[in-house]
Amino acid sequence: MQHKDKTPQAPEAWKPRLLAIFCNWCTYTAADLAGVSRMKYADNVRIVRVMCSGRVDPQFVLDAFARGADGVLIGGCHPGDCHYIEGNYKALRRSELLKRMLADMGIEPKRYRLEWISASEGDKVQRVINEMVTEIKALGPLDLPGRAKAWDEEVAELEGELKEKKGECANV
Amino acid sequence: MSKPKVAFYWCASCGGCEESIVDLAEDILGVVAAVDIVLWPVAMDFKRHHVEAMPDGSITATLLNGAIRTSEQEEMARLLRRKTQVLIAYGACAQSGGIPALANQFSREQILKYVYEDSPSTVNPEKTRPQTRFEEEGRVAELPEFRNVVRSLDQVVDVDYYLPGCPPTPKVLKGALEALLSGKLPPKGTILSPDTATCMDCPRLDSKPQDLAIEQFRRPHLTAMDPEKCFLAQGVPCMGSGTRGGCEAQCPKGNMPCTGCFGPTSKVHDQGAKLLSALTSTLAAKDEAGINQALKGIPDPVGTFYRYGLAKSLLRRKVDLQ
Ligand code: SF4
Ligand code: SF4
Repeated sequence: MQHKDKTPQAPEAWKPRLLAIFCNWCTYTAADLAGVSRMKYADNVRIVRVMCSGRVDPQFVLDAFARGADGVLIGGCHPGDCHYIEGNYKALRRSELLKRMLADMGIEPKRYRLEWISASEGDKVQRVINEMVTEIKALGPLDLPGRAKAWDEEVAELEGELKEKKGECANV
Repeated sequence: MSKPKVAFYWCASCGGCEESIVDLAEDILGVVAAVDIVLWPVAMDFKRHHVEAMPDGSITATLLNGAIRTSEQEEMARLLRRKTQVLIAYGACAQSGGIPALANQFSREQILKYVYEDSPSTVNPEKTRPQTRFEEEGRVAELPEFRNVVRSLDQVVDVDYYLPGCPPTPKVLKGALEALLSGKLPPKGTILSPDTATCMDCPRLDSKPQDLAIEQFRRPHLTAMDPEKCFLAQGVPCMGSGTRGGCEAQCPKGNMPCTGCFGPTSKVHDQGAKLLSALTSTLAAKDEAGINQALKGIPDPVGTFYRYGLAKSLLRRKVDLQ
């Protein structure tokens, strides 16, 4: 919350947008289980299914933030249980450095999370999503598209100024 | 028939790109004979008003290097865009922000404060900062505005081609000039360098293990580097696998790892994220403690993976700066 003053103000109707990328074999199945067991969790989450958490390229995470996600959650099988043997270790290795890099770029650590959730842990899906939504609500919107727009205003301003000048003096 | 008109210009630049044009050595004579140079501040005395007086579209090609940080650089980029048929982003800074774009990790205020007050070599008891307007005895000097964000050229104006590198090598420059002069131009937006990874040109490729299983990342200046073996096999971060070729792997040949100055290949969306992914997923460790131990050799991930491309990364800038 140290950057609260700089965080875009949460409008009244703002609902955090959480992107979840779940592996087919464990976490997605767990989310399915949570669904059929009628476990309620926050409706702010959009779930994308990939075959393995090892398939989650850090480019996906940055892309999600750049397109307006307020948080990204990755779910994979517990260590030792990966359907492809090593995929979740790859996810973990990338994640450790990605977390540091995101922090260096000003994205609060709570906006990114990697969790091991097995196919039977529907309740963990429910708990993790609810926790993350609460934490992100406390942080406020990330609103990267809005910030990028604000950064570009200074260029647009100059364009306006030049057009004005051009009107005055045909030579510029 | 009149010769094609060519302009060279620099924005937020170190001068290396300008130097690289001179690196054409005797080939520069051919260029000078074949074209009319209408603007080249580093070498010839032309003024902005000379360019302003030219009809729009009258310059055949402008090779512009350096990133865009100040209002003056923005104005010159727009002016040259208007006067030029083919605008080429020359070098990593123009293409993707380059080294100057690492300043996107700091706010304008942090930078000005450090440079004009806090840096160890600064003596400025009055804490004077550059002003955009200065008046003395009725004369007025206007200075450029320092912008909040460092930008690549194409984040300010439309760009036709890109010549990558920090700086581009004489070979890629020659290739581009030949294409320009022959009129055989590739589609707009083309990066004028081969779309293969630097590893493909690297003499160390044969020693790159199939399964790297890196135990520990090592920093180049703290490591005695084997001059023949793939750097990754020695635990030294090397960006060759995600970086566009065309430089002929000059750094690895000189016993320095690739730092990524030719930018990503077309298959890579965000150079830094992709390289981070490629390098870390090959670690040997399987638990957090082991992974973090190995990662100690990469103390600055942004500076390591986005050394030349922060402005064009998906995040572009440290997100919480004012
Ligand atoms: S691309 Fe490299 S050589 Fe060219 S201006 Fe930038 S830092 Fe200097
Ligand atoms: S990773 Fe670096 S040292 Fe290894 S083959 Fe590629 S360019 Fe050469």
